[in-house]
Amino acid sequence: MQPLALPERENLHGRRPRLWGWLLLTPLVLWLFAFVVVPMGVVVVYSFCQRDDLGRVVFSFSWENYARVFEPIYLRILGRSVGFAALTTVLCIAIGFPVAWYIARRSERARNRLLLLVMVPFWTSFLIRTYAWIAILKDEGLLNGLLQYAHLISAPLPLLYTPGAVVVGLVYAYLPFMILPIYASAEKVDNALVEAAYDLGAGPIRAFSEVIVPLTWPGIAAGILLVFVPAIGMFAITDLMGGAQVPMIGNVIQNQFFRARNWPFGAALGVVFTLLFVVAYAWVQRRSSRTP
Amino acid sequence: MSARIEIRGVTKRFGSFTAVDAVDLVVEAGEFVTLLGPSGCGKTTLLRMLSGFETPSEGTISIGGDDVTHLAPYRRNVNQVFQSYALFPHMTVRENIAFGLKMQKTAAAEVAKRVAEVVELVALTGFEQRKPHQLSGGQRQRVALARAIVPRPQVLLLDEPLSALDAKLRQQMQIELKRLQKHLGMTFVFVTHDQVEALTMSDRIAVFNRGRIEQVGTATEIYRRPRTPFVADFIGETNLREAELLSRTATSGRVRLKGGLELTVAMAGWPAGSTRADVSIRPEKILVSKARLENENVFAARVSEEIFRGVLNRLTLVTLGGTSLTAVVANECAVVEAIHAGDDVWCCLHPDDLVVVRAV
Repeated sequence: MQPLALPERENLHGRRPRLWGWLLLTPLVLWLFAFVVVPMGVVVVYSFCQRDDLGRVVFSFSWENYARVFEPIYLRILGRSVGFAALTTVLCIAIGFPVAWYIARRSERARNRLLLLVMVPFWTSFLIRTYAWIAILKDEGLLNGLLQYAHLISAPLPLLYTPGAVVVGLVYAYLPFMILPIYASAEKVDNALVEAAYDLGAGPIRAFSEVIVPLTWPGIAAGILLVFVPAIGMFAITDLMGGAQVPMIGNVIQNQFFRARNWPFGAALGVVFTLLFVVAYAWVQRRSSRTP
Repeated sequence: MSARIEIRGVTKRFGSFTAVDAVDLVVEAGEFVTLLGPSGCGKTTLLRMLSGFETPSEGTISIGGDDVTHLAPYRRNVNQVFQSYALFPHMTVRENIAFGLKMQKTAAAEVAKRVAEVVELVALTGFEQRKPHQLSGGQRQRVALARAIVPRPQVLLLDEPLSALDAKLRQQMQIELKRLQKHLGMTFVFVTHDQVEALTMSDRIAVFNRGRIEQVGTATEIYRRPRTPFVADFIGETNLREAELLSRTATSGRVRLKGGLELTVAMAGWPAGSTRADVSIRPEKILVSKARLENENVFAARVSEEIFRGVLNRLTLVTLGGTSLTAVVANECAVVEAIHAGDDVWCCLHPDDLVVVRAV
């Protein structure tokens, strides 16, 4: 399509703001270089190295680590991680979208209060909140206690250290990251657009799929990235709430670095894993660029 | 295709606030009716009850003989042109216009044909693939109109659709809208706070004030024979004065306005058994002349103030007794001697042009 606006004319002071812009960016660029680019480089280099019997990194080139990444056992774990993360993402959308939409349609005062409620959990340490879930779900925990007290069950249900517990933990941890970006999009949707859809004969479902979803898609896409990507790599929740029953790729990587002391293999897992993120990100970006 | 609307005793309350208060109104099929009133008078709320976005607290609404009081908006054969246009930003002009037909599950060939027709009707040919943000205000307005008429609704509702356009374009669109309505033969209910818009386009005007309809009538009826002080004051300019009846015959009477000016008034509109009433005198009904006049109701006055308004001059007249009236006179050609502030003038007013708007 032809651009409608002409390119901005070069303004007379054009050079100075540009220079200033770069100067202002310098701290960020240095930060990113020192703490993102360099460590990533180190990880990539490690991933092609080997280790000696004492767990020290030996700098001799090898594809061996990557070959191991694609062994069935690790692919299965990776597949499971992706599956859990996908389930978490879907549940976060299913729960988060109505919440975000509801908040966005309130008065400004009510919106601010409700948003505060969404953010309250961030004021407590993530680990403490996860332990709270353990207290709720364990055999002698709150939920089992209540159910037994109400004589709904006779023996404690095994809730903790199950895949279900992991999903509950993941959804709980990442829900705000879905609600907030969707809210940001939903808040900008003029109510008249929804009314126009109804007015033109769209029932609630068509209005939702034809108007509301396309208009909030940038928020949904951002939410997907913010939930799906970190949920794949999450190891604390899977460790604490899943026990050893459901290891995820994050746990495996963590173990390679801290227990198995196989840094090159951990690095190779990390690299593959990061590439997976990039692909997922590119996919979502392409989807959202289709609906500007 | 077009339908008659019957609004019976409709009231809408929001908490303790009554937005629309026991309104009765019938709009005939194919009629262009304007709901006119200041902001917050309830006209938009009534429109939203016609489109289905609000449900009446009391009363019934029927369209084309069917009771639609509680019918969801997407089940009504009624479309609306929104004040903000509410064009879907993620769809092209074509997709926007085709939306209603798509929801009706119209066959693709039929959709293409009807969209092409309406695009031509509203002069948007060549813009079908644009997105709304690539259009001017007037073009967006026409897309909104096209989108609303293409599903061939029984009734078209228009919520101040011209308010965002500049004055020239607004005038042009007023005429185009009226022409379009005649061409389609569709029932139009148009909401506006702009009296000129209402007077220009409507078959009938319903004047709203505080949730109630003060008067329903044609543009000339509303303008010439306002029935309440509010209507007289809201539409056009007016001199609202209290008048005291001094004497009367069967057909005419003598009244005194505040300040002492005595005039003859036709008795036809005078409230029976009342000696006092508020009367409305339109400024342009007062003939102002430097030469002595020999008609009924002639009085002398001095021009105390003069405001130049282009084609018209607005004069403040003060009679010898101190009655103050506003008159509007044409800025006539140089042949006639111009009237300026400080001039002593002769004024004249036809007895029929003292319109009683309220018994006191």
